[in-house]
Amino acid sequence: MARALVRTPATARPGEVVEIRVLLQHPMETGFRPGADGRVLPRDIVTRVEAHFEGARVFAADLFPAIAANPYLAFPLRITGAGNLVVTFEGDNGFTHRETAAIRLA
Amino acid sequence: MKRVAWLLLVACAAAAAQPAPRRSGYQDMARSTQALQDDDTQNPAMLWVQDGEQRFATDCKRCHEPASMRGVAARYPAWDALLGKPVTLAARINLCRQRHVKAAPLSIESDALLGLEAYLARQSRGMPIVPDPEPRTKPFRDEGERLFRQRIGQLGFSCAQCHDDHPGQRLAGSLIPQGHPTGYPIYRLEWQGMGNLQRRLRSCMFGVRAEPFAYGSEGYTNLELYLKARAAGMAMDSPGVRP
Repeated sequence: MARALVRTPATARPGEVVEIRVLLQHPMETGFRPGADGRVLPRDIVTRVEAHFEGARVFAADLFPAIAANPYLAFPLRITGAGNLVVTFEGDNGFTHRETAAIRLA
Repeated sequence: MKRVAWLLLVACAAAAAQPAPRRSGYQDMARSTQALQDDDTQNPAMLWVQDGEQRFATDCKRCHEPASMRGVAARYPAWDALLGKPVTLAARINLCRQRHVKAAPLSIESDALLGLEAYLARQSRGMPIVPDPEPRTKPFRDEGERLFRQRIGQLGFSCAQCHDDHPGQRLAGSLIPQGHPTGYPIYRLEWQGMGNLQRRLRSCMFGVRAEPFAYGSEGYTNLELYLKARAAGMAMDSPGVRP
């Protein structure tokens, strides 16, 4: 169950700086917590988030344990033109997810 | 005459037992948590709402228009004529699946069921809670009130002793709310996940060291009936975020 919400403004003007908001559904299990049976639960976190706009990398982040479940990230982006913003997630146990959001010019 | 006056006095005392004015848990939260709930791009419960919307489109849209779901969550638990008892919104979703979609019921408090519940509850956001007017729900609601006032657990507390007698005060660092179910299902930061009212009630029962009711049992439905009647007229703010 991997779902992500990527919110971009409906339209933007060229040169404008807008805020991109990313919300990902993920348990972000730290690897330090004991489960109901007392045994430590294996680590299961997202380790890398990247955003590409029309092929160019515009944002990247490494995530670590101690980030809450369902992480929320926001970053500014200067709009150069219309196009697709692709946000990719990588994590433990081969987790990958990809979300695309279109940006249109006003 | 004397007897009437005495009854009046008892009635006033009973009415005074409920805190006034009524405040929802939302009003008593920190402003940062309120901001998290208010902004749909930040509210983590919207992940479940989105999932519920997709499930609604595949399973429920054959019979129901999304627009007709406005206000539905605000009147549950509601009477089910076939079962002859009131059912919660989650139980109604599963009954609908079994009777009309001919699908297996979703497991209780699963993410799938919480998603559908959250999607429906969001349609009622801002609408007042209107308890089911069906008169046959009354004995169940009365049973719910009895449970609300019954002392339970090793600590021997009833719901009323905290939520009627001491709201606004603190239990360790946490504020005691008045206990109005306006925002369910909620994304609780402590759970780092979604939960419905039954999970909340179970946490309270653990808190007073009582044995919680079984998952999906009637006791929860009866308590929810009473809590919804107690909060009648208050605005829904589902899906809520709570600390």
